[in-house]
Amino acid sequence: MMHSTGIQIWFFIGVLLLIYGTLILGYGIFELATGCYPAGVELTNLHTPIWWGGLLTAIGALYCIKFRPGRA
Amino acid sequence: MVVSSMNHLAAPSLLAFSTAPIAHLRLLDIVVIAIYFGMVIWIGFYLKGRSNTSEEFFMAGREMTAWIAGLSFVSANLGSLELMGWAGSAYQYGILATHWYWIGAIPAMLFLGLVMMPFYYVSKTHSVPGYLFLRYGEHARVLAAISFAMEMILMSGVNMFAMAVVMKIVLGWSLTFSIVVSACAVTLYVALGGLRSAIFNEVLQFVLIWGGALLVPVLGLVQTGGWSGLKTQIIANMHSTSYFHLWRDTGHFVSNPMGTHWSGIVLGLGFVISFGYWTTDFLVVQRVLAAHNLRAARMAPVIGSFFKMAVPFIVILPGLLSLVLLQNSDGSRRQLVPEDTVKACSPMSSDCAALLKKTSLSASVQQDVLNQKVTPQSELHSYNEVLPLMMVRYLGPGLLGLGITALIAGFMSGMAGNISAFSTVWTYDIYKPLINKKGSDSHYVLVGRLSILIGVAVSIGAGYLVQHAHGIMDYVQALFSFFIAPLLGAILMGMFWKRATAPAGFLGLLIGIVSSVAMFVWVKFDHAALGIVALYPDATDMAANLYRAWWAFSITVIIIFLVSLVTKPKPVAELDGLVYGATVLPKEEWVPFYKRVWVWAFLAVCIFAALNILFW
Repeated sequence: MMHSTGIQIWFFIGVLLLIYGTLILGYGIFELATGCYPAGVELTNLHTPIWWGGLLTAIGALYCIKFRPGRA
Repeated sequence: MVVSSMNHLAAPSLLAFSTAPIAHLRLLDIVVIAIYFGMVIWIGFYLKGRSNTSEEFFMAGREMTAWIAGLSFVSANLGSLELMGWAGSAYQYGILATHWYWIGAIPAMLFLGLVMMPFYYVSKTHSVPGYLFLRYGEHARVLAAISFAMEMILMSGVNMFAMAVVMKIVLGWSLTFSIVVSACAVTLYVALGGLRSAIFNEVLQFVLIWGGALLVPVLGLVQTGGWSGLKTQIIANMHSTSYFHLWRDTGHFVSNPMGTHWSGIVLGLGFVISFGYWTTDFLVVQRVLAAHNLRAARMAPVIGSFFKMAVPFIVILPGLLSLVLLQNSDGSRRQLVPEDTVKACSPMSSDCAALLKKTSLSASVQQDVLNQKVTPQSELHSYNEVLPLMMVRYLGPGLLGLGITALIAGFMSGMAGNISAFSTVWTYDIYKPLINKKGSDSHYVLVGRLSILIGVAVSIGAGYLVQHAHGIMDYVQALFSFFIAPLLGAILMGMFWKRATAPAGFLGLLIGIVSSVAMFVWVKFDHAALGIVALYPDATDMAANLYRAWWAFSITVIIIFLVSLVTKPKPVAELDGLVYGATVLPKEEWVPFYKRVWVWAFLAVCIFAALNILFW
């Protein structure tokens, strides 16, 4: 529920961000390892999927742990 | 663009079709989108077991924290049409478009939290029409409820169809596919979990929008060399400094690209339209009514105001950046054109040549378009495609899927908001008082669930009707402005003047609505009437809407005042919980100063003032 019992919305958000972050970070690492960058996308030298995917993963993991079901 | 009431109504009709999809999704993008759909349906099923009573289904059990209610409150007005539409407006008008996020929202949100919320909350009403019933009686409630329910269904249909069209433009998806998928998902999660499910998904959407769209301005600023680099390049390209000033050039209708005057912005937008939308539109007020106590209900709009002030960073900034960054495939600067030009030229129609002449495209490019010669510059894109174009520029696989998911989430939560508000008003303010007064609680929950199914079905029909009947879109968008200003007048008079009577409230509301419609029709048939309605014969549609709202509000207030003087008021004892001065508000528990509503509201006011001075 929202502020009492049950799964909180923040946990759902954590799960979603964790999944998205992992997927995007994984792709970023693949990009870096293979040097294969998508055509037409600017600023690929900044390796955005790595740091943005990493940030989403970290926030998602934090929310999953902090708001996990059953935590007092 | 028609700006009839508030941001979501100001959104342009994103109905023109480009020749080829803007983006091409990879497998990773499709996976990201599919995960989002899986998540919202999971949420719907999870919440089904917690939405059994009418209080749970329609009011989310009144147990939202201030943060969730606040994010949901601001998110209900952060749909994809607004994001795309206002990014396009920033491309056209520069930072002037920010007025709809700052003066057009912040003062009203703070007023709701500090002043009005106690009356809505203490009266324990389920809806805004419900408040009108308590204050003015059945007639006022039914008038407001029927008009609101009609608006919600139409807006839901418009949202649904607009999403399908955007998906067609951006991704090349078929209209029917987008409509069927979005309608099924929204119906499923709202019918299962009610308002609670809608609020959950609005908060989710809010996070997705920031996660998916924040990279665009960040990377854009990196590429332009920061804010000062962006300013230098825009001035070099556009030969104007108006793009960076909120107020400096609003001294006359013709001295700013929006064609409006500061008085229209302050009175029409900053007062009537903004206060009408943020304090009386049940779509947003419903989110705050679901708060778990009065302090949370008052804090929610204040929290929302901080996020609202930040939204221009992901909406207005991409519009400004696109003025210098968007390029054609040959490296030349891409110039966007109005929506109607794209529509008239692809496929080619007889209006194309005339509309092209009004654009800033060079004569040779115009000729190429007319000859249907394919060159890098002759591919037309409208202002409203700014955001997807910028996403495609910076977001690779996965990140692009996240950006598109943010747009889809925005559309779907917009529809869910319309449908959940419709369901509540239909059940509590139309079905219960007019059709079946003695139903059981479970009966009303069933009616609410069925009304969602029927509401979505009618929305689909309304969406197709709007799409296929030329010109109706303008009327649908204008619809809100007919009701919102008179509703604000009626509620403010009812809430702050004990002498306001029931007949006065109903008559004021009715005459206010009729006068607003009459002014709209008058200007439609006699363009010279703009000189009276909008105080300037060549005022833009936007300026006309702002002034029409001001007049409709004023007429409502005057009628209520005059009729109240000759009719019998309710005894003061019957106004407890409804009217300022006749209500003893419950004492709130003691909290440290940093948790007090006034402290945070004061901080919001300071930031609001600083932003307006900074971008004067």
